Amino acid sequence: MGDVLKKVPVREQAPKVRATNFDEVCLGYNKEEAMEEASRCINCKNAKCITGCPVNINIPGFIAQVKEGNFEEAYKVISESSALPAICGRVCPQESQCEGKCIRGIKGEAVSIGKLERFVADWARENGIKPTAPEAKNGRKVAVIGSGPSGLTCAGDLAKLGYDVTIFEALHEPGGVLVYGIPEFRLPKLDVVAKEVENVKALGVKIETNVIIGRSITIDELMDEEGFEAVFIGSGAGLPMFMGIPGETAKGVFSANEYLTRNNLMKAFREDYDTPIVRGKKVAVVGGGNVAMDAARTALRLGAEVHIVYRRSEAELPARVEEVHHAKEEGIIFDLLTNPKEILVDENDAVKGMTCIRMELGEPDASGRRRPVEVPGSEFTLDVDTVIMSLGTSPNPLISSTTIGLDTNKRKCIIAEEETGKTSKEGVYAGGDAVTGAATVILAMGAGKTAAKGIHEFLSNK
Amino acid sequence: MYKILKAGKLAGNIYEMVVEAPRVAKHCLPGQFIIVKMDEVGERIPLTICDYDREAGTITIVFQPIGASTEKFTKLQAGDSFRDFVGPLGQPSELCMEENLEETKKKKILFVAGGVGTAPVYPQVKWLHEHGVDADVIIGAKTKELVILEEKFKAVSGNLYITTDDGSYGRSGMVTKVIDDLITEEGKTYDHCVSIGPMIMMKFCCLTTKKYNLPTIVSMNPIMVDGTGMCGACRVMVGDEVKFACVDGPEFDGHAIDFDAAMKRQAMYKTEEGRALLKLREGETHHGGCGNCGGDK
Repeated sequence: MGDVLKKVPVREQAPKVRATNFDEVCLGYNKEEAMEEASRCINCKNAKCITGCPVNINIPGFIAQVKEGNFEEAYKVISESSALPAICGRVCPQESQCEGKCIRGIKGEAVSIGKLERFVADWARENGIKPTAPEAKNGRKVAVIGSGPSGLTCAGDLAKLGYDVTIFEALHEPGGVLVYGIPEFRLPKLDVVAKEVENVKALGVKIETNVIIGRSITIDELMDEEGFEAVFIGSGAGLPMFMGIPGETAKGVFSANEYLTRNNLMKAFREDYDTPIVRGKKVAVVGGGNVAMDAARTALRLGAEVHIVYRRSEAELPARVEEVHHAKEEGIIFDLLTNPKEILVDENDAVKGMTCIRMELGEPDASGRRRPVEVPGSEFTLDVDTVIMSLGTSPNPLISSTTIGLDTNKRKCIIAEEETGKTSKEGVYAGGDAVTGAATVILAMGAGKTAAKGIHEFLSNK
Repeated sequence: MYKILKAGKLAGNIYEMVVEAPRVAKHCLPGQFIIVKMDEVGERIPLTICDYDREAGTITIVFQPIGASTEKFTKLQAGDSFRDFVGPLGQPSELCMEENLEETKKKKILFVAGGVGTAPVYPQVKWLHEHGVDADVIIGAKTKELVILEEKFKAVSGNLYITTDDGSYGRSGMVTKVIDDLITEEGKTYDHCVSIGPMIMMKFCCLTTKKYNLPTIVSMNPIMVDGTGMCGACRVMVGDEVKFACVDGPEFDGHAIDFDAAMKRQAMYKTEEGRALLKLREGETHHGGCGNCGGDK
């Protein structure tokens, strides 16, 4: 047995090897490793980790089962709270949630809760264990808009309660950001995402793809004509933001959404798929979030030299620590305290460089982070042929502009009560990025869960 | 799956298909578009709606193969299906909204259609005709064989003017010449123009109508991926604002569009698309490179 203060290390593809392929970076624990790591959990009576989890998984409960080698039982414990464990085990920011609260973390490293969750979910999948649909159905119809993390969670929870749930998905594949946004090397699509979507379907949830709510049909029509008694809006984030600097509509400037959608949803990296992608030679990704890391690591795998351009310092990078660490290992160059001023174009309006300026940190701003200010006279040119803007998104107006009585806030996000997911329109609930603006998978799942409870309460009293 | 009920050639390399898509047919309006994806590996291709039948639940699309994906569409026949077909997308044409009808009725409207862009003009003219507004229409084509939908237009237009670049049919010359002739020589006046066709035609059409202070709407068909307001690929500069064709458009004030920038952007995937097309046509033999595209890298 190793050092009890440290996590059992998880096997990964070597950085040099994985920088050239789209296979999953992290290989996960095997049985022995999982059981050894599980034995580090001291099974706290007042388990802080559970409070750190947005869907309140009984963490010590499932880990105790792993320790004994009862993986099926462990899966059941997780399934009580989460419909998407194989996904969460891979993409949750555990260091700031469950693992951030772990008592082990005070004197050493936290228990590797995320990797254990992933192990259990993968084991269940490999051994053909699926959730089963409830026997008693109440026949009441609920519509869920969007098949991303919040929609899948909300749909799964309602189906377990016996509701007749249909998910409407705008794109041609279910999964939302799990499919179009997060790359294959972090979250395998066929083996993980598609299988977890199958699990939600196994609960009795129907999924109709290629339906754009607000265009193909409105929320009012779903309720008045198609017999849905309640609707959950989990339509996700929206239009990409740009900086408003010269040269942004040039050839070779992409939003991270476009770049990732081409590669992940449309599988442009594969020869056998038709959608093209520009393989830049030198790529700058502007931004420091998880999406920026995903875009950067994708461009790297497509053969480019990649720079992350971020206006604050490393400490302020909003991305998960693990993503930054992986990106560095793979050879992504971090140009920190650097901000773009202008994208330079050639005679064909194609990118030929980017003028940047050095920044330094001043006083803290409204977000509590120290505000970056320009260092006068420090302009320089970054030699790049592709620029990927990863600056966040602004809400999609399709649903809010076509639904009568649905209120939005100043930032055009749908207003929903935090405790119930209830919106200003009766019977309509919302959660995830459509409400909060771009956030994380697990927060969206938490909101989907809350709304499922809210909808159940509403319909039970109706 | 979305079944193809009818498939055939309209003219030259312009194809027409009628596709079963009840949800789209129930809600679409002139000016909107759909996205179609042929199979698992296909691209998402945006195409403007050219006609619809609410009762039958069908949508008519017209296209010209320009890349590997649309080239593959041409092989499909009645009875085959598209894997995905989604819509309606974009804003409907402002002319074809019930709430604007009173205003629209007061206007003298001119449609300027070019090439395959003739097809999306049809539902607008038809809708107006059905609502008691007869608009004049100019159809431009390279040559006689490429004039499409003439009979259909005759039934719904006010005056119909056809012109061919080579003079083989109708008037002779570009659509811009017809606009000039109608206004300066033939005493026509218009309050509103809608121009749909190749980007270069819309650009020159707008330059022409600007001379007469004739407000002109164009329909942009930029590069798109999801088409639902997520990827931002379809951004166009309208005045000094960035607009997204998929949710803000596809129709915009033609006099405010930066066509030169839009045309350069359009060419972005030309090499990649051209390469994919050549590969499709020439199969494995293309790997050495044809001397034109630089070969596969």
